[in-house]
Amino acid sequence: MAGIVIIGAGHAGTQAAASLREGGYAGALTLVSADHDLPYHKPPLSKSFMKTADTPLQPLRGPSYFSDKNIDLRLGETVTAVDAGAKSVAFADGQTLAYDKLVLALGTVARQLDVPGAKLGGVVCLRTADDARRMRARLSGVSSAVVIGGGFIGLETAAMLNARGISVVVLEAAPEVLGRAVSAQTAATVREGLVASGVTVHRGATLERISGQGGQVQAVVTGDGQSIPADLVIVGIGAIPVTDLAETAGLAVENGILVDGAMRTNDPDIFAIGDCVSFPQAQIGQRVRLESVQNATDQARAVAQTLKGKPEPFTALPWFWSDIGEMKLQIAGLNHGATRQIVCLGETGVRAVFHMRDGALAAVETLNEPGIHMLSRRLLALGITPEEGQMTAGDLAGMKQLLRERVPA
Amino acid sequence: MTKIVFIEPDGTQKTVEALEGASLMLAATMGGVEGIAAECGGNCVCATCHCLVLEGPVESLSEMGEDEKDTLEFSAEKIFENSRLTCQLEACPEMDGLVFKVVGK
Repeated sequence: MAGIVIIGAGHAGTQAAASLREGGYAGALTLVSADHDLPYHKPPLSKSFMKTADTPLQPLRGPSYFSDKNIDLRLGETVTAVDAGAKSVAFADGQTLAYDKLVLALGTVARQLDVPGAKLGGVVCLRTADDARRMRARLSGVSSAVVIGGGFIGLETAAMLNARGISVVVLEAAPEVLGRAVSAQTAATVREGLVASGVTVHRGATLERISGQGGQVQAVVTGDGQSIPADLVIVGIGAIPVTDLAETAGLAVENGILVDGAMRTNDPDIFAIGDCVSFPQAQIGQRVRLESVQNATDQARAVAQTLKGKPEPFTALPWFWSDIGEMKLQIAGLNHGATRQIVCLGETGVRAVFHMRDGALAAVETLNEPGIHMLSRRLLALGITPEEGQMTAGDLAGMKQLLRERVPA
Repeated sequence: MTKIVFIEPDGTQKTVEALEGASLMLAATMGGVEGIAAECGGNCVCATCHCLVLEGPVESLSEMGEDEKDTLEFSAEKIFENSRLTCQLEACPEMDGLVFKVVGK
């Protein structure tokens, strides 16, 4: 029996393998990863992994886990094509592997910068352990850095570099950082926090070129002619879903591999999960592609259920976190289609923003308010909307009362 | 070496070694303890490393911070008087012999 083959051993693929075994699947199970490292946590790469030159990766599972669970973990192997007719995958070295069911957990790749100088030494992106190692190896000699892109990875990295005493400039093309991911109010508070800690943030910035000498970066030149010195440039301008294998298999692709609510593609024997899929999202009633650990692991559990022959509608509430220096940004729910924001302010700006859609609570962003975040996840999952006064006051006790009226402790 | 005992959801007892300064969640992950998904990697946001403190030198455990308290209280699982998030417990030699029961996700 060829069994189940999972391609990609990030958060999604690894959890899918684990959930299949936890669910009692005893057949052949192969987990293929192009990465050479034992599957690891991605979020720490921009933060704790950079602390010292020898901080180890944080593994998703212990070193003996995969053999203990009889999971054939194939590291450092790249799959180049899927033959959906023959039900087999082909590797870069020419070998093939048959499957009964195939799970694609391919993730994303970093969007590449398209300006002169983008290939200079010292211009890096941050997606994989290898990217992080390359960046870390340079850090001791860096005195100034430019971060291109004010998204989550860019801002987390900017805060980390700044905390190490490196002079950091963030260039963001849009009028505000963090794009549409959070409300304008939350984004402004995050930006102000970064600026207060010493990071320079240029909004509405355009990029002319990156200049260097001897193949190494020296400065970033902006559209208005400024030359900003940099011995390290971090490119964080978004991610692109990996769909090439899906295309070789003839699967439907549109901003990610298209799956239904049970993680099934249009091929009955191929499934897809995580950052690389576009799926019908239950709370907002439309297709989205989400890049988060929560989405990856919850979809992994869902595909395990489907493969067990017991598909369940995928209704997991999205949640997300980003540690930007001392700021703990957390998001519960999705703000798509929200028409009104109720803001709870503290001394340093936003404590929480409550997004309302059709008069009901749809999403909650918090800054350094883990209690409100955790409670909001419960409220959203149960469809409870607090009173406006409770939201503007950030009244944890009052909102907790609403939860307890519905679900006693 | 600090030895910590975890009782897995099915009752299996597993003894793991904890490195001083690293979290007990990491020790459990590295030791292959079942039921601890540790989804957020130790950020105190997922509660998938939830365990109950059963016995041993319980006085060696640090007091619960606000983050841990909130995360536990509003997580979907039932919590108990001896509930802790093991990602928030930093291993020290005094913890040798502690016994936890895995709640997990």
